[in-house]
Amino acid sequence: MAQAVSPPIQTTESKSEGSSFEPKIVAFFCNWCTYAASDLAGISRMKYAPNVKIVRVMCSGRIDPSFVIEAFRSGADGVMIGGCNPGDCHYKEGNYKTMRRYMLLSRMLQDFGIEKERFRLEWICASCARELQETVDKMTADIKRLGPLDWKGV
Amino acid sequence: MTVEKPRIGVYICDCGLNILGVVDVPAVVRYAATFDNVVAAKEYKYMCSDPGQDLIKKDIKELKLNRVVVASCTPTLHERTFRTTVSTAGLNPFLFHMVNIREAVSWVTVDKKRATEKAKILVKAGVMRVTLQEPLEPKTEPVAPGILVIGGGIAGIHASLALANAGTKVHLVEREPSIGGNMARFDKTFPTLDCSSCILTPKMTTLKVHPNINLYSYSEVVGVEGYVGNFDVTIERKPRYVNEELCIGCLKCIEACVFKDARFPNDFDLGLAKRKPIYIPFPQAVPTKVLIDPDDCLFLKLGKCKQTCVDACEKDAIDFEQKPERVNLKVGSIIVATGFKTFDPTRKPQYGYGVLPNVFTALEAERLLSPTGPTEGIPLLKDGTMPKTIGIIHCIGSRDENTNVYCSKVCCMYSLKLAHLVKERTGAEVYNFYIDMRTTGKGYEEFYKKLLEEGVRFVRGRVAELTTAPLSPGEKGKLIVRVEDTLAGYVRRIPVDMAILSVGLEPQNDAQELRRMLNLSCGKEGFLMELHPKLAPVSTATDGIYIAGACQGPKDIPDTVAQAGAAASEALALVHRGMVEIEPYVAVTNEDLCSGCQICVGLCPYFAIEYDAEKKVSRVKDVMCKGCGVCVAACPSGAIDQKHFRDAFVLAEVAGVI
Repeated sequence: MAQAVSPPIQTTESKSEGSSFEPKIVAFFCNWCTYAASDLAGISRMKYAPNVKIVRVMCSGRIDPSFVIEAFRSGADGVMIGGCNPGDCHYKEGNYKTMRRYMLLSRMLQDFGIEKERFRLEWICASCARELQETVDKMTADIKRLGPLDWKGV
Repeated sequence: MTVEKPRIGVYICDCGLNILGVVDVPAVVRYAATFDNVVAAKEYKYMCSDPGQDLIKKDIKELKLNRVVVASCTPTLHERTFRTTVSTAGLNPFLFHMVNIREAVSWVTVDKKRATEKAKILVKAGVMRVTLQEPLEPKTEPVAPGILVIGGGIAGIHASLALANAGTKVHLVEREPSIGGNMARFDKTFPTLDCSSCILTPKMTTLKVHPNINLYSYSEVVGVEGYVGNFDVTIERKPRYVNEELCIGCLKCIEACVFKDARFPNDFDLGLAKRKPIYIPFPQAVPTKVLIDPDDCLFLKLGKCKQTCVDACEKDAIDFEQKPERVNLKVGSIIVATGFKTFDPTRKPQYGYGVLPNVFTALEAERLLSPTGPTEGIPLLKDGTMPKTIGIIHCIGSRDENTNVYCSKVCCMYSLKLAHLVKERTGAEVYNFYIDMRTTGKGYEEFYKKLLEEGVRFVRGRVAELTTAPLSPGEKGKLIVRVEDTLAGYVRRIPVDMAILSVGLEPQNDAQELRRMLNLSCGKEGFLMELHPKLAPVSTATDGIYIAGACQGPKDIPDTVAQAGAAASEALALVHRGMVEIEPYVAVTNEDLCSGCQICVGLCPYFAIEYDAEKKVSRVKDVMCKGCGVCVAACPSGAIDQKHFRDAFVLAEVAGVI
């Protein structure tokens, strides 16, 4: 197995305080609903904050809590999980399992000092491009207000 | 496993100006070229075009690439295209990764600089992910030969016949006692004024006798399990209380019923006409079999009746003991053609539907105009007299912020058709109250012109209300249409005898339950969602399930039939191929790490994990795993991983995007 590459990071995104702060948000989207919504947002040319970077998984139920913790540990200012509405999961009930894990993980992260607003679970259906745009923009604005996280892990 | 040094090719697509117009593609290419193991980083105008794909193939061969990243549109659109590209060049298709910089970047970002940064980051994450990816073999499975069609309106009928004529076994399920759907209710169809029954009923009878079609009328699909090529379907046949095999449709039982007069509302006539407890929905019904409504039948309700129907039946077909029956089928593909319902105008009380006399919906007007309808084709008022003026009010429940914002597409045209027919049959003065005339179809505008010449009156304006409160003696006893005539520029009050509400089209009441059962998506308004609005209009996000007709959105008969044909051909392609490739994203257990806690066993919605009591480990059954990854995320020992979505791959992508 090959080792992961670590290419030089040359982004202009800075972690400086104030209005120039651009939060880094990792968004785990399920393939069937929320990723489809993001495609629809694209097709509909809806503009949203580029701070959110999407990582596609087949089901929100695949999202291991360690993915979220790892994202925060490596420097994310926010993590969003997007899945199908309750009852609409492509895999019957994966989103219910996501919900249970989210509840627990959210409390745990708050105990670690990570504000609630930095970790969100959203049900966004395949045709809900508008909700996607609003949620992403709101989350970006919320985290801008909170400032950088700079969490070093536990 | 031999460790081969990754040699990665990165291909960044301009997509004409779709990406290049916002993202500085050359800068992204230069950035990508700086990564370890990236051997080639190239830009091309359209990566998905033949020259674009050839570029990748050539590099795989000449530069000995063993990993490929394409940054272009969404993987939903072209992941398969590029997987095929790399595999024709001899590379395993799962050593490819697609980065979305169009739908996820250039189309949704205003600031060009930030869009370029985002594209760079995503490409970096993609390179980091692909470095770890492993070759996989797609699973292939046989496709069951039959096809299920849900809904026996014109869409379902057309699709079934097309499939059956191609030699495929079709199971058509219709919940009403007869197939035909809404089209069977119409008298004439626009713009040709073809007699609806004359063009529909031959198709219905052909379908009934077709050796390749199993018709399940008065039945509903109650369960669908499985996946593309292998759907297990459960159908519930509702009791007709008449043996369908024995009934010959002589209708003597109806005549013999102890109820001498028809006194129960007939659903087919939307309650405008009456029927007996034992009935046939309409004369041309297919199958031509009677049924008994248990809520109306004296024997079924009270257990006491002379049962004159039983005596009248020469075939002994009446069976009061009938119970619902379940049928299980295995099919390779499913076509959903469940149609629409019309907007309920009581939601717009200003039009007085159900309160004021002689206010009808357009569908009711269709029945009034039908020779087999309650008034035998002459639209009469409730008191049996002929109307002298008729108002047709457009856009009820369409293009309306308070109900449905969408245009129902067919109402302008059916309103014109109704205007022509009511004028022809009654000689009345006919008014159309419209917002815009939308006559976009072959021969439609010409039909509108014809109506203008026939002297039908058109008033442009959304009707404010219908009232029976007169302001002048001339308005007494009339329905008064209050409307702002936006062409004349003043508010008018137009007295009419009959009002027809051109109600819009909505999804069926239980469209949501069906959607969930089949795992489909729908739009805001509840219509089923196609995979791609232009290039995959009858496919859905669930492989093997296709949609046709008004369940996908309002459409007229020609469009419905065209879509039904398209759905049939897609389903046929799948079934005739006989084999289906399934993404190999399955979960795999590492038995050395498994502690045998069995948490995963209970979580799997597909019962794909079994516990080996002897070895005290859980094991994923490959063929049953659908690849959701729920068990992977839950395993406390990290003993389960998901192919192509391994923890390490996802984490590499996470590291890349931060």
